[in-house]
Amino acid sequence: MLQIERLAAEGVSDLEFELHADSHLIHFRRVSFDAMSSLEFTLIVWALSALAGFLGALTGLGGGVVVIPALTLALGVDMKYAIGASLVSVIASSSGAAAAYVREGFSNIRIGMFLEIATTLGAIAGAFLAGRVSTHALAIVFGIVLIHAAVTSLLQPSGAAPPIDSDRLGKLLRLGGGYPAAGGAREEYGVRNVPAGFGLMFGAGALSGLLGIGSGAVKVLAMDRVMRIPFKVSTTTSNFMIGVTAAAGAGVYLSRGYIDPRVAMPVMLGVLVGALLGTRVLVRTRVRTLRIVFGIVILALAVEMIVNGITGRI
Amino acid sequence: MDDRRLENVIGQLLRAGVLISAAVVAAGGILYLAFHRAGLVNYGVFAPAGPDLRTVSGIAHAALHLHGEGLMQAGLVLLILTPVARVALAAFGFALERDRLFTLVSLIVLAILVFSLMHAA
Repeated sequence: MLQIERLAAEGVSDLEFELHADSHLIHFRRVSFDAMSSLEFTLIVWALSALAGFLGALTGLGGGVVVIPALTLALGVDMKYAIGASLVSVIASSSGAAAAYVREGFSNIRIGMFLEIATTLGAIAGAFLAGRVSTHALAIVFGIVLIHAAVTSLLQPSGAAPPIDSDRLGKLLRLGGGYPAAGGAREEYGVRNVPAGFGLMFGAGALSGLLGIGSGAVKVLAMDRVMRIPFKVSTTTSNFMIGVTAAAGAGVYLSRGYIDPRVAMPVMLGVLVGALLGTRVLVRTRVRTLRIVFGIVILALAVEMIVNGITGRI
Repeated sequence: MDDRRLENVIGQLLRAGVLISAAVVAAGGILYLAFHRAGLVNYGVFAPAGPDLRTVSGIAHAALHLHGEGLMQAGLVLLILTPVARVALAAFGFALERDRLFTLVSLIVLAILVFSLMHAA
Protein backbone atom coordinates (compact mmCIF):
# COMPACT_ATOMS: atom_id res chain seq x y z
CA MET A 1 0.00 0.00 0.00
CA LEU A 2 2.82 2.36 0.85
CA GLN A 3 4.23 1.95 -2.58
CA ILE A 4 0.86 2.66 -4.14
CA GLU A 5 0.43 5.82 -2.12
CA ARG A 6 3.87 6.93 -3.14
CA LEU A 7 3.08 6.28 -6.79
CA ALA A 8 -0.18 8.16 -6.44
CA ALA A 9 1.64 11.05 -4.84
CA GLU A 10 3.94 11.12 -7.84
CA GLY A 11 0.93 11.30 -10.11
CA VAL A 12 1.39 7.88 -11.62
CA SER A 13 -1.96 6.63 -12.86
CA ASP A 14 -1.10 3.16 -14.06
CA LEU A 15 -1.61 1.66 -10.63
CA GLU A 16 -3.48 -1.24 -12.08
CA PHE A 17 -0.31 -2.80 -13.37
CA GLU A 18 1.17 -2.79 -9.89
CA LEU A 19 -2.02 -3.92 -8.24
CA HIS A 20 -2.74 -6.77 -10.59
CA ALA A 21 0.73 -8.22 -10.68
CA ASP A 22 -0.28 -10.77 -8.06
CA SER A 23 -3.55 -11.70 -9.65
CA HIS A 24 -4.36 -14.53 -12.03
CA LEU A 25 -7.57 -12.95 -13.24
CA ILE A 26 -7.73 -11.46 -16.68
CA HIS A 27 -8.07 -7.75 -16.10
CA PHE A 28 -8.97 -4.81 -18.19
CA ARG A 29 -5.78 -2.90 -18.69
CA ARG A 30 -6.32 0.59 -17.51
CA VAL A 31 -5.17 3.07 -20.10
CA SER A 32 -2.87 5.76 -18.94
CA PHE A 33 -5.68 7.93 -17.75
CA ASP A 34 -3.86 11.09 -16.80
CA ALA A 35 -2.53 11.40 -20.29
CA MET A 36 -5.95 11.32 -21.92
CA SER A 37 -7.33 14.47 -23.49
CA SER A 38 -11.02 15.26 -23.27
CA LEU A 39 -11.40 14.59 -27.00
CA GLU A 40 -9.84 11.13 -26.68
CA PHE A 41 -11.94 10.38 -23.60
CA THR A 42 -15.14 11.51 -25.36
CA LEU A 43 -14.47 9.39 -28.46
CA ILE A 44 -13.47 6.26 -26.54
CA VAL A 45 -16.45 6.51 -24.18
CA TRP A 46 -18.78 7.21 -27.11
CA ALA A 47 -17.58 4.12 -28.99
CA LEU A 48 -17.76 1.87 -25.92
CA SER A 49 -21.23 3.19 -25.12
CA ALA A 50 -22.47 2.67 -28.67
CA LEU A 51 -21.31 -0.95 -28.50
CA ALA A 52 -22.91 -1.36 -25.06
CA GLY A 53 -26.18 0.17 -26.27
CA PHE A 54 -26.19 -2.04 -29.35
CA LEU A 55 -25.59 -5.27 -27.43
CA GLY A 56 -27.93 -4.13 -24.66
CA ALA A 57 -30.78 -3.57 -27.08
CA LEU A 58 -30.20 -6.87 -28.92
CA THR A 59 -30.22 -8.88 -25.73
CA GLY A 60 -32.78 -6.84 -23.80
CA LEU A 61 -30.38 -6.23 -20.93
CA GLY A 62 -29.89 -2.52 -21.59
CA GLY A 63 -26.65 -0.62 -22.00
CA GLY A 64 -25.95 0.23 -18.35
CA VAL A 65 -24.76 -3.24 -17.45
CA VAL A 66 -21.79 -2.85 -19.78
CA VAL A 67 -21.23 0.91 -19.60
CA ILE A 68 -20.58 0.94 -15.84
CA PRO A 69 -17.88 -1.77 -15.84
CA ALA A 70 -16.35 -0.23 -18.98
CA LEU A 71 -16.08 3.21 -17.37
CA THR A 72 -14.89 2.05 -13.95
CA LEU A 73 -12.68 -0.92 -14.84
CA ALA A 74 -11.25 0.14 -18.18
CA LEU A 75 -11.13 3.93 -17.85
CA GLY A 76 -10.77 4.38 -14.10
CA VAL A 77 -13.84 6.63 -13.80
CA ASP A 78 -15.23 6.96 -10.27
CA MET A 79 -18.28 4.77 -9.68
CA LYS A 80 -20.48 7.80 -8.89
CA TYR A 81 -19.80 9.45 -12.27
CA ALA A 82 -20.32 6.08 -13.96
CA ILE A 83 -23.73 5.43 -12.37
CA GLY A 84 -24.80 9.03 -13.06
CA ALA A 85 -23.90 8.77 -16.75
CA SER A 86 -25.46 5.33 -17.03
CA LEU A 87 -28.75 6.40 -15.46
CA VAL A 88 -29.32 9.21 -17.97
CA SER A 89 -28.39 6.90 -20.85
CA VAL A 90 -30.96 4.44 -19.52
CA ILE A 91 -33.65 7.12 -19.88
CA ALA A 92 -32.60 7.77 -23.48
CA SER A 93 -32.50 4.17 -24.67
CA SER A 94 -35.68 3.18 -22.84
CA SER A 95 -37.67 6.16 -24.12
CA GLY A 96 -36.33 5.71 -27.64
CA ALA A 97 -37.36 2.05 -27.73
CA ALA A 98 -40.64 2.62 -25.87
CA ALA A 99 -41.81 4.91 -28.67
CA ALA A 100 -41.68 1.94 -31.04
CA TYR A 101 -43.15 -0.60 -28.63
CA VAL A 102 -46.20 1.42 -27.56
CA ARG A 103 -47.10 1.88 -31.21
CA GLU A 104 -47.03 -1.89 -31.74
CA GLY A 105 -49.49 -2.28 -28.87
CA PHE A 106 -47.55 -4.73 -26.71
CA SER A 107 -46.86 -2.60 -23.65
CA ASN A 108 -49.66 -2.09 -21.15
CA ILE A 109 -49.64 1.49 -19.91
CA ARG A 110 -52.01 0.71 -17.01
CA ILE A 111 -49.79 -2.01 -15.59
CA GLY A 112 -46.77 0.20 -16.20
CA MET A 113 -48.24 3.28 -14.57
CA PHE A 114 -49.52 1.41 -11.52
CA LEU A 115 -46.22 -0.37 -10.90
CA GLU A 116 -44.30 2.88 -11.40
CA ILE A 117 -45.61 4.02 -8.01
CA ALA A 118 -43.43 1.26 -6.55
CA THR A 119 -40.41 1.69 -8.86
CA THR A 120 -40.17 5.49 -8.46
CA LEU A 121 -40.38 5.29 -4.65
CA GLY A 122 -37.76 2.54 -4.74
CA ALA A 123 -35.53 4.59 -7.06
CA ILE A 124 -35.54 7.59 -4.74
CA ALA A 125 -34.70 5.35 -1.78
CA GLY A 126 -31.93 3.68 -3.78
CA ALA A 127 -30.48 6.98 -5.00
CA PHE A 128 -30.29 8.31 -1.44
CA LEU A 129 -28.66 5.07 -0.35
CA ALA A 130 -26.07 5.36 -3.15
CA GLY A 131 -24.60 8.37 -1.37
CA ARG A 132 -24.36 6.51 1.95
CA VAL A 133 -22.71 3.26 0.99
CA SER A 134 -19.10 2.91 -0.10
CA THR A 135 -18.22 2.44 -3.74
CA HIS A 136 -16.74 -0.95 -2.82
CA ALA A 137 -20.16 -2.09 -1.62
CA LEU A 138 -21.78 -0.57 -4.74
CA ALA A 139 -19.39 -2.54 -6.95
CA ILE A 140 -20.16 -5.79 -5.13
CA VAL A 141 -23.95 -5.28 -5.28
CA PHE A 142 -23.59 -4.33 -8.93
CA GLY A 143 -21.74 -7.57 -9.63
CA ILE A 144 -24.44 -9.64 -7.95
CA VAL A 145 -27.18 -7.87 -9.95
CA LEU A 146 -25.15 -8.47 -13.12
CA ILE A 147 -25.00 -12.19 -12.38
CA HIS A 148 -28.77 -12.27 -11.93
CA ALA A 149 -29.29 -10.37 -15.19
CA ALA A 150 -26.93 -12.66 -17.08
CA VAL A 151 -28.53 -15.82 -15.76
CA THR A 152 -32.00 -14.47 -16.59
CA SER A 153 -30.93 -13.67 -20.13
CA LEU A 154 -29.55 -17.17 -20.56
CA LEU A 155 -32.80 -18.74 -19.40
CA GLN A 156 -35.86 -18.95 -21.60
CA PRO A 157 -39.14 -17.29 -20.64
CA SER A 158 -41.24 -19.30 -18.17
CA GLY A 159 -43.28 -20.86 -20.97
CA ALA A 160 -46.28 -21.40 -18.70
CA ALA A 161 -49.47 -20.19 -20.38
CA PRO A 162 -50.53 -16.86 -18.92
CA PRO A 163 -53.92 -16.87 -17.17
CA ILE A 164 -56.89 -15.41 -19.01
CA ASP A 165 -58.63 -14.12 -15.89
CA SER A 166 -57.22 -11.60 -13.45
CA ASP A 167 -57.45 -12.28 -9.73
CA ARG A 168 -59.52 -10.02 -7.46
CA LEU A 169 -57.07 -7.14 -7.16
CA GLY A 170 -56.06 -7.41 -10.81
CA LYS A 171 -59.74 -7.07 -11.76
CA LEU A 172 -60.30 -4.20 -9.34
CA LEU A 173 -57.43 -2.26 -10.90
CA ARG A 174 -58.47 -3.34 -14.44
CA LEU A 175 -54.88 -4.33 -15.24
CA GLY A 176 -55.73 -7.09 -17.73
CA GLY A 177 -55.44 -6.39 -21.43
CA GLY A 178 -54.75 -7.81 -24.85
CA TYR A 179 -51.91 -7.80 -27.33
CA PRO A 180 -51.58 -8.52 -31.03
CA ALA A 181 -50.95 -12.25 -31.52
CA ALA A 182 -49.92 -14.13 -34.64
CA GLY A 183 -52.50 -13.93 -37.42
CA GLY A 184 -53.80 -10.52 -36.42
CA ALA A 185 -55.98 -11.82 -33.58
CA ARG A 186 -55.88 -10.15 -30.20
CA GLU A 187 -54.79 -12.33 -27.29
CA GLU A 188 -56.39 -11.48 -23.94
CA TYR A 189 -54.57 -11.93 -20.64
CA GLY A 190 -55.20 -11.46 -16.94
CA VAL A 191 -52.97 -10.23 -14.13
CA ARG A 192 -52.33 -12.05 -10.83
CA ASN A 193 -50.42 -11.55 -7.57
CA VAL A 194 -50.42 -7.76 -7.70
CA PRO A 195 -49.05 -7.15 -4.15
CA ALA A 196 -46.06 -9.47 -4.63
CA GLY A 197 -45.29 -7.90 -8.01
CA PHE A 198 -45.63 -4.41 -6.53
CA GLY A 199 -43.17 -5.29 -3.74
CA LEU A 200 -40.65 -6.72 -6.17
CA MET A 201 -40.98 -3.56 -8.28
CA PHE A 202 -39.97 -1.46 -5.28
CA GLY A 203 -36.82 -3.57 -5.13
CA ALA A 204 -36.24 -3.12 -8.87
CA GLY A 205 -36.56 0.66 -8.43
CA ALA A 206 -34.17 0.65 -5.48
CA LEU A 207 -31.52 -1.20 -7.53
CA SER A 208 -32.03 1.25 -10.38
CA GLY A 209 -31.49 4.26 -8.10
CA LEU A 210 -28.60 2.60 -6.26
CA LEU A 211 -26.66 1.44 -9.31
CA GLY A 212 -27.75 3.69 -12.17
CA ILE A 213 -29.17 0.84 -14.23
CA GLY A 214 -32.61 0.11 -15.69
CA SER A 215 -32.93 -3.16 -13.72
CA GLY A 216 -35.11 -4.53 -16.50
CA ALA A 217 -34.31 -8.12 -15.53
CA VAL A 218 -35.96 -7.70 -12.12
CA LYS A 219 -38.94 -5.88 -13.64
CA VAL A 220 -39.49 -8.67 -16.15
CA LEU A 221 -39.13 -11.23 -13.35
CA ALA A 222 -41.87 -9.46 -11.37
CA MET A 223 -44.27 -9.27 -14.30
CA ASP A 224 -43.57 -12.50 -16.18
CA ARG A 225 -42.99 -14.94 -13.32
CA VAL A 226 -44.90 -13.38 -10.41
CA MET A 227 -47.81 -11.52 -11.99
CA ARG A 228 -48.09 -14.06 -14.82
CA ILE A 229 -48.18 -11.40 -17.53
CA PRO A 230 -47.25 -12.68 -21.06
CA PHE A 231 -43.50 -12.44 -21.73
CA LYS A 232 -43.70 -10.04 -24.66
CA VAL A 233 -46.01 -7.71 -22.71
CA SER A 234 -43.69 -7.96 -19.68
CA THR A 235 -40.52 -7.04 -21.57
CA THR A 236 -42.04 -4.11 -23.46
CA THR A 237 -43.87 -2.78 -20.40
CA SER A 238 -40.64 -3.13 -18.39
CA ASN A 239 -38.82 -1.07 -21.01
CA PHE A 240 -41.62 1.50 -20.88
CA MET A 241 -41.28 1.77 -17.08
CA ILE A 242 -37.48 2.02 -17.04
CA GLY A 243 -37.44 5.66 -18.18
CA VAL A 244 -39.78 6.85 -15.44
CA THR A 245 -37.95 4.83 -12.79
CA ALA A 246 -34.60 6.23 -13.90
CA ALA A 247 -35.97 9.80 -13.98
CA ALA A 248 -36.91 9.48 -10.29
CA GLY A 249 -33.36 8.46 -9.39
CA ALA A 250 -31.84 11.04 -11.75
CA GLY A 251 -33.35 13.97 -9.83
CA VAL A 252 -31.41 12.90 -6.74
CA TYR A 253 -28.27 12.15 -8.78
CA LEU A 254 -28.38 15.60 -10.39
CA SER A 255 -28.53 17.45 -7.09
CA ARG A 256 -25.70 15.30 -5.70
CA GLY A 257 -23.45 16.08 -8.67
CA TYR A 258 -23.26 12.47 -9.92
CA ILE A 259 -24.26 13.59 -13.39
CA ASP A 260 -21.14 15.14 -14.89
CA PRO A 261 -22.01 16.27 -18.43
CA ARG A 262 -18.46 15.63 -19.65
CA VAL A 263 -18.88 11.94 -18.84
CA ALA A 264 -22.62 11.64 -19.43
CA MET A 265 -22.59 13.30 -22.88
CA PRO A 266 -20.63 10.61 -24.75
CA VAL A 267 -22.34 7.85 -22.77
CA MET A 268 -25.85 9.10 -23.52
CA LEU A 269 -25.20 9.79 -27.21
CA GLY A 270 -23.35 6.51 -27.67
CA VAL A 271 -25.89 4.31 -25.93
CA LEU A 272 -28.72 6.03 -27.80
CA VAL A 273 -27.17 5.46 -31.23
CA GLY A 274 -26.26 1.88 -30.34
CA ALA A 275 -29.72 1.12 -28.96
CA LEU A 276 -31.48 2.57 -32.02
CA LEU A 277 -29.30 0.43 -34.31
CA GLY A 278 -29.87 -2.57 -32.04
CA THR A 279 -33.65 -2.32 -32.19
CA ARG A 280 -33.45 -2.07 -36.00
CA VAL A 281 -31.32 -5.19 -36.28
CA LEU A 282 -33.31 -7.08 -33.64
CA VAL A 283 -35.95 -8.36 -36.03
CA ARG A 284 -33.42 -9.81 -38.45
CA THR A 285 -30.94 -11.43 -36.11
CA ARG A 286 -30.84 -14.78 -34.42
CA VAL A 287 -30.61 -13.55 -30.88
CA ARG A 288 -30.13 -16.84 -29.05
CA THR A 289 -26.39 -17.24 -29.73
CA LEU A 290 -25.75 -13.59 -29.03
CA ARG A 291 -27.57 -13.82 -25.71
CA ILE A 292 -25.33 -16.67 -24.64
CA VAL A 293 -22.16 -14.82 -25.63
CA PHE A 294 -23.35 -11.60 -24.00
CA GLY A 295 -24.46 -13.49 -20.90
CA ILE A 296 -20.97 -14.95 -20.52
CA VAL A 297 -19.35 -11.53 -21.04
CA ILE A 298 -21.58 -10.09 -18.35
CA LEU A 299 -20.79 -12.93 -15.96
CA ALA A 300 -17.09 -12.17 -16.43
CA LEU A 301 -17.69 -8.46 -15.80
CA ALA A 302 -19.71 -9.35 -12.71
CA VAL A 303 -16.87 -11.41 -11.24
CA GLU A 304 -14.48 -8.59 -12.11
CA MET A 305 -16.64 -6.01 -10.32
CA ILE A 306 -17.08 -8.18 -7.23
CA VAL A 307 -13.37 -8.98 -6.99
CA ASN A 308 -12.47 -5.30 -7.43
CA GLY A 309 -15.09 -4.30 -4.88
CA ILE A 310 -13.88 -6.80 -2.27
CA THR A 311 -10.23 -5.92 -2.73
CA GLY A 312 -11.05 -2.21 -2.60
CA ARG A 313 -9.80 -1.36 -6.08
CA ILE A 314 -13.07 0.32 -7.04
CA MET B 1 -59.55 9.29 -26.38
CA ASP B 2 -59.00 5.55 -25.81
CA ASP B 3 -55.97 3.66 -24.52
CA ARG B 4 -54.60 2.97 -28.00
CA ARG B 5 -54.64 6.61 -29.02
CA LEU B 6 -53.15 7.63 -25.71
CA GLU B 7 -50.34 5.11 -26.27
CA ASN B 8 -49.64 6.59 -29.71
CA VAL B 9 -49.46 10.15 -28.43
CA ILE B 10 -47.19 9.01 -25.58
CA GLY B 11 -44.93 7.21 -28.04
CA GLN B 12 -44.54 10.34 -30.15
CA LEU B 13 -43.86 12.48 -27.08
CA LEU B 14 -41.12 10.12 -25.92
CA ARG B 15 -39.44 10.08 -29.31
CA ALA B 16 -39.57 13.86 -29.64
CA GLY B 17 -38.18 14.33 -26.11
CA VAL B 18 -35.27 11.99 -26.73
CA LEU B 19 -34.40 13.54 -30.10
CA ILE B 20 -34.57 17.13 -28.81
CA SER B 21 -32.48 16.39 -25.72
CA ALA B 22 -29.93 14.42 -27.77
CA ALA B 23 -29.61 17.39 -30.14
CA VAL B 24 -29.05 19.81 -27.25
CA VAL B 25 -26.52 17.46 -25.60
CA ALA B 26 -24.67 17.05 -28.92
CA ALA B 27 -24.60 20.83 -29.50
CA GLY B 28 -23.24 21.35 -25.99
CA GLY B 29 -20.70 18.59 -26.57
CA ILE B 30 -19.41 20.20 -29.76
CA LEU B 31 -19.15 23.55 -27.98
CA TYR B 32 -17.37 21.95 -25.02
CA LEU B 33 -14.89 20.04 -27.19
CA ALA B 34 -14.24 23.10 -29.35
CA PHE B 35 -12.80 24.86 -26.30
CA HIS B 36 -11.49 21.99 -24.19
CA ARG B 37 -10.57 19.19 -26.61
CA ALA B 38 -6.90 19.14 -25.68
CA GLY B 39 -7.40 19.55 -21.94
CA LEU B 40 -6.40 16.50 -19.91
CA VAL B 41 -9.17 14.79 -17.98
CA ASN B 42 -9.28 12.49 -14.97
CA TYR B 43 -12.50 11.30 -13.41
CA GLY B 44 -10.86 8.89 -10.99
CA VAL B 45 -11.80 10.88 -7.90
CA PHE B 46 -15.35 12.06 -7.32
CA ALA B 47 -15.68 15.82 -6.85
CA PRO B 48 -19.26 17.02 -7.27
CA ALA B 49 -19.76 19.81 -9.80
CA GLY B 50 -20.65 23.34 -8.69
CA PRO B 51 -24.24 24.56 -8.35
CA ASP B 52 -24.22 25.81 -11.96
CA LEU B 53 -24.35 22.14 -13.05
CA ARG B 54 -26.47 20.77 -10.21
CA THR B 55 -29.45 23.09 -9.90
CA VAL B 56 -32.03 23.72 -12.59
CA SER B 57 -31.61 27.51 -12.37
CA GLY B 58 -27.81 27.23 -12.52
CA ILE B 59 -27.96 24.89 -15.51
CA ALA B 60 -30.44 27.12 -17.35
CA HIS B 61 -28.20 30.14 -16.73
CA ALA B 62 -25.07 28.37 -17.98
CA ALA B 63 -26.89 26.97 -21.01
CA LEU B 64 -28.32 30.35 -22.03
CA HIS B 65 -24.81 31.76 -21.96
CA LEU B 66 -23.82 28.99 -24.38
CA HIS B 67 -21.49 27.48 -21.87
CA GLY B 68 -20.67 24.02 -23.32
CA GLU B 69 -20.98 22.07 -20.11
CA GLY B 70 -24.13 23.95 -19.14
CA LEU B 71 -25.72 23.23 -22.52
CA MET B 72 -24.89 19.51 -22.28
CA GLN B 73 -26.36 19.42 -18.79
CA ALA B 74 -29.48 21.29 -20.01
CA GLY B 75 -29.96 18.59 -22.64
CA LEU B 76 -29.64 15.93 -19.95
CA VAL B 77 -32.23 17.73 -17.81
CA LEU B 78 -34.59 17.79 -20.84
CA LEU B 79 -34.00 14.05 -21.13
CA ILE B 80 -34.86 13.53 -17.45
CA LEU B 81 -38.01 15.61 -17.94
CA THR B 82 -39.18 13.49 -20.90
CA PRO B 83 -40.59 10.62 -18.78
CA VAL B 84 -42.06 13.21 -16.40
CA ALA B 85 -43.93 14.80 -19.32
CA ARG B 86 -45.03 11.30 -20.34
CA VAL B 87 -46.61 10.71 -16.91
CA ALA B 88 -48.30 14.13 -16.97
CA LEU B 89 -49.70 13.36 -20.42
CA ALA B 90 -50.97 9.98 -19.26
CA ALA B 91 -52.73 11.64 -16.29
CA PHE B 92 -54.40 14.04 -18.72
CA GLY B 93 -55.34 11.20 -21.06
CA PHE B 94 -56.86 9.09 -18.29
CA ALA B 95 -58.80 12.15 -17.10
CA LEU B 96 -60.23 12.55 -20.62
CA GLU B 97 -61.20 8.87 -20.53
CA ARG B 98 -62.94 9.64 -17.20
CA ASP B 99 -60.86 6.93 -15.61
CA ARG B 100 -60.60 8.32 -12.08
CA LEU B 101 -58.55 5.47 -10.68
CA PHE B 102 -55.78 5.76 -13.26
CA THR B 103 -55.84 9.55 -13.28
CA LEU B 104 -55.09 9.27 -9.56
CA VAL B 105 -52.41 6.61 -10.12
CA SER B 106 -50.71 8.83 -12.73
CA LEU B 107 -50.87 11.87 -10.44
CA ILE B 108 -49.25 9.90 -7.60
CA VAL B 109 -46.36 8.91 -9.90
CA LEU B 110 -46.11 12.52 -11.10
CA ALA B 111 -45.96 13.76 -7.49
CA ILE B 112 -43.14 11.31 -6.67
CA LEU B 113 -41.17 12.46 -9.74
CA VAL B 114 -41.68 16.13 -8.90
CA PHE B 115 -40.56 15.44 -5.32
CA SER B 116 -37.35 13.86 -6.66
CA LEU B 117 -36.68 16.74 -9.04
CA MET B 118 -37.35 19.34 -6.34
CA HIS B 119 -33.98 18.35 -4.91
CA ALA B 120 -32.35 19.78 -7.99
CA ALA B 121 -34.53 22.90 -8.07
